[in-house]
Amino acid sequence: MSEGAVTLAASTRRRGVGRRVDRAFGILTAASGSLVLLVLAYMVLTTTNTALPVFRAEGISFVTGSEWLPSRGVFGILPFIYGTLVTSAIALVIAVPISVGLSLYLTEVAPAWLRGPVGYAVDLLAAVPSVVYGLWGVFVLLPLFLQPIAEALGSAFGFLPIFAPPASGISYFGAGVVLGIMIIPIISALAREVFRAVPADDRYAAYALGATRWEMIWGAVIPRSRAGLVGAVMLGLGRALGETIAVALLVGSRPSISASVLQPGYSMAAVIANQFQEADAPQIRALVGVGVVLFAITILINMAARLLVWRMVAER
Amino acid sequence: MNRSTRHFSRLLVAATAGALLVGSLALLGCGGDVVPAGGSATTVGGSATTGGLLTASLTGVGATFPEPLYLEWVGEFVTNVEPGVKVNYQGIGSGGGIQQLTQMTVDFGASDAPMSDEEIAAAETASGATVLHIPTVFGAVAVAYSLPDVTDLKLDQETLADVFLGTVTTWDDPAIVALNPGVTLPSAAISVVHRSDSSGTTSIFTGYLTKVSPAWSDTVGAGKDVRWPVGIGGQGNDGVAAVIQQQEGSIGYVELAYATEVGLPTVSLRNQAGSFIAPSLASTSAAGAGVDFPADLRFSLSDSPASEAYPIVGATWILAYDSMADPAKAEALRAFLTWALNEGAPVAEDLGYAPLPDDLRALALAKVDEVGSR
Amino acid sequence: MSGAPARRSASGGPTTPMPDALLARGPSPRRLWTDRAASAAMLATVALALLPVVLIFYYIIREGFSAMNWEFLTQSMPYSFRKEGGGFLNGLIGTLIMVGVATAVAVPFGVLAAVYLVEYGKNGLLAQLIRFFSDVMTGVPSVFVGLFVYTAFVVPFGFGALMGAAALAIIMLPIIVRSTEEMLKLVPLEIKNASYALGAAKWQTVTRVVLPSALPGITTGVLLAVARAAGETAPLILTALGSLTITTKLLGEPISALPLAIFDGARTPFAAGQARAWAGALELLLIVLVFTLLARVASSRSSISR
Repeated sequence: MSEGAVTLAASTRRRGVGRRVDRAFGILTAASGSLVLLVLAYMVLTTTNTALPVFRAEGISFVTGSEWLPSRGVFGILPFIYGTLVTSAIALVIAVPISVGLSLYLTEVAPAWLRGPVGYAVDLLAAVPSVVYGLWGVFVLLPLFLQPIAEALGSAFGFLPIFAPPASGISYFGAGVVLGIMIIPIISALAREVFRAVPADDRYAAYALGATRWEMIWGAVIPRSRAGLVGAVMLGLGRALGETIAVALLVGSRPSISASVLQPGYSMAAVIANQFQEADAPQIRALVGVGVVLFAITILINMAARLLVWRMVAER
Repeated sequence: MNRSTRHFSRLLVAATAGALLVGSLALLGCGGDVVPAGGSATTVGGSATTGGLLTASLTGVGATFPEPLYLEWVGEFVTNVEPGVKVNYQGIGSGGGIQQLTQMTVDFGASDAPMSDEEIAAAETASGATVLHIPTVFGAVAVAYSLPDVTDLKLDQETLADVFLGTVTTWDDPAIVALNPGVTLPSAAISVVHRSDSSGTTSIFTGYLTKVSPAWSDTVGAGKDVRWPVGIGGQGNDGVAAVIQQQEGSIGYVELAYATEVGLPTVSLRNQAGSFIAPSLASTSAAGAGVDFPADLRFSLSDSPASEAYPIVGATWILAYDSMADPAKAEALRAFLTWALNEGAPVAEDLGYAPLPDDLRALALAKVDEVGSR
Repeated sequence: MSGAPARRSASGGPTTPMPDALLARGPSPRRLWTDRAASAAMLATVALALLPVVLIFYYIIREGFSAMNWEFLTQSMPYSFRKEGGGFLNGLIGTLIMVGVATAVAVPFGVLAAVYLVEYGKNGLLAQLIRFFSDVMTGVPSVFVGLFVYTAFVVPFGFGALMGAAALAIIMLPIIVRSTEEMLKLVPLEIKNASYALGAAKWQTVTRVVLPSALPGITTGVLLAVARAAGETAPLILTALGSLTITTKLLGEPISALPLAIFDGARTPFAAGQARAWAGALELLLIVLVFTLLARVASSRSSISR
């Protein structure tokens, strides 16, 4: 019997009180569920409301203005939007090849005994809290890797505007590298699911046609995984956009726009965390406005990613 | 389920229930006591000059410029003088101190930049009380740098401004070389470090540069935060010191205590009289001698004409209201400030801060008496 | 066929090329070369991915261990960052209080919401909305949650443990809702029907049959949410503010938390403060790992598997 029929049969035998308790319980659970929606709605409403005066006063120049000088009441957040996008882009450039290669290895190439430990080790990266990433980034990665590499890039490729000197490890580059490391486990975990979802038949078909392993991967696995991979990458991007602490420690805290990734900059999340404590009412509104813009960008990316991943999973 | 799974499930349920129970108890507000910092250090044999009978919990935020000193003062005061008083001081920058005082989320603020007339008006409108500026010590804004083999560096006013303007970009620039004969300077790029938060230290530093460099005054100007032409931002004096420490070839401005404690070399600057003076307790005190102090005790000490004075010196203030809601807190704050002004000099000198000259100290003590007096 | 051992890769496909009989000529050298280069590239990415893992754990353990001692675990901060000694007890207590309160709030609401999704709403409009936006909310930047709690609650009521807990609860709620929903969906229809057949009401079935049988899985989700909340810093900067002393008050007084203490220590130039930050990082990492491990153990003990 289906569940509905059994419930109906049972409930017709119950008296008024039981049915009322059932209904009350049902309402309680529905209310709890609605709480999620209510909290989200309330978050969006209060923050937008708080920031509204700044939006109205500055208009579109809030988002397009590149001057941020709270002491003079100037609030242009373009440097932060730019910094968030640049650091996230660097993070993707680093994380996507590594995650995709790693996931392909784990699903297609690795012997069974290796899959578990390596996958587990990479998933450990997800367990490390972001403040620990920040601490490690500043005291270990910066002197060991970020500063030398930044200086090397600056001297070798300094003629390119993107690598123009003076080079610093505390820059978009430094923050981007740590962000990249942080999102590897996110992209990789989803990518593994996506690759595993490719039917084995497709693989056998490729082999039957005489493909090498790489040709099988390229011809059978990857085309089927495109949507899911894009979704995985976008989820990683969503995480990178919102990351605060590691970026605050490594980006250089400089509200300006620079073409070179080796220069200090700022990001939306970092400026909120750094400046809110000392902010007066107008600056607080401006920072809330920054938060609203960040929220809007992150939510759009996350919604698109979820839709893509849902569709891929549903197609399975 | 088999038996071991059932046991384990029960264990997990118990643990989760325990966690929920702790959380719920906390939620019911079963905690209300407050433990003073450093554990219970009882002072045997009586030590307090005030009898150690006060009980209050004070929160203050603001400048990182005097933070090393204030934390030492708090430690000594709470351990030896008034164990019943708890003082929580957070260094978030002078701008933050002024803001939180205006919003009345703290009991006192601290700033190295005296409040402007607009800021005072805003605070007094919000609180309905008068703002009191109580100077505590003078401190030097040292220009610290990190170059491994260079222990002595001299700069004059124009070159200093040029470095922070970004027009002098390498350590072996002719201007720097000319001022430092005999010192081998690398050809590395200069990495400027400045404050990313709203800072009284910045106010003192940029105020000085505005006075001595027309180029600076035209392009950047003075203030608690300015449009820096170049540089990496550090959060607080400690953040700037940390960045200088981490990045070779960098130069920035910090309160002297940070440079000394962290082991960063400091630049000897040319003062108005023409001598190259290193920041120190002596050169800081020299800058404060013979100054006429206005009645509201807001003043600037930079670019002193005295011959032995370090050119970038500032005072730092505690900001409080003359009317406080809680009389116990007012009494505790008065006790703390009185003790600090009278007994805190040795600790201050240890860290390189110059205690106030006697005439100013008397004026400051008079202001302390007004705290929370209405 | 020749005796090539039939090993399997994760996808179930063969890991060795086809038997010789079918490969009279084999792929061209160029194709073989591409295949080998691709394998080398994949191995390189594995090495690149494992390198940070090794570096992070090595340095945290090395620096944290040398700075960690009994005094660190049981003492609060000394009154100045410059001072040696002391510990992060103020942070530990703050984290325990705020995470505890957040869990006490988020778990009941989250589990009940998941019950709604699985037992009542199923595929109705409300349920779909809740599901979609829960997923979306897991991606909200935690600093934004802190900003919301700041403007809505801290400005009128001041900083405090309750504010920090509120921010953490908002972060934990969607995670618990979605993971509990997945676990509840796996409860077999048979045992639910058996309960109804015995005359149980729906609410009795849910509370006495469905929830208990999904308990290990639910615990997994809760433990993972707790691990996530314990490591959050940004929302706490805006709601709890931080403190150098131990506080147990819930409202009106700023309170420290382990990640906050580490964040401050990461920005200090004083060696003593930096050493404490490393020890704190090791402590926090251990706490998070313990919860993550417990979660894995719970999920493996679950009698319901996918």
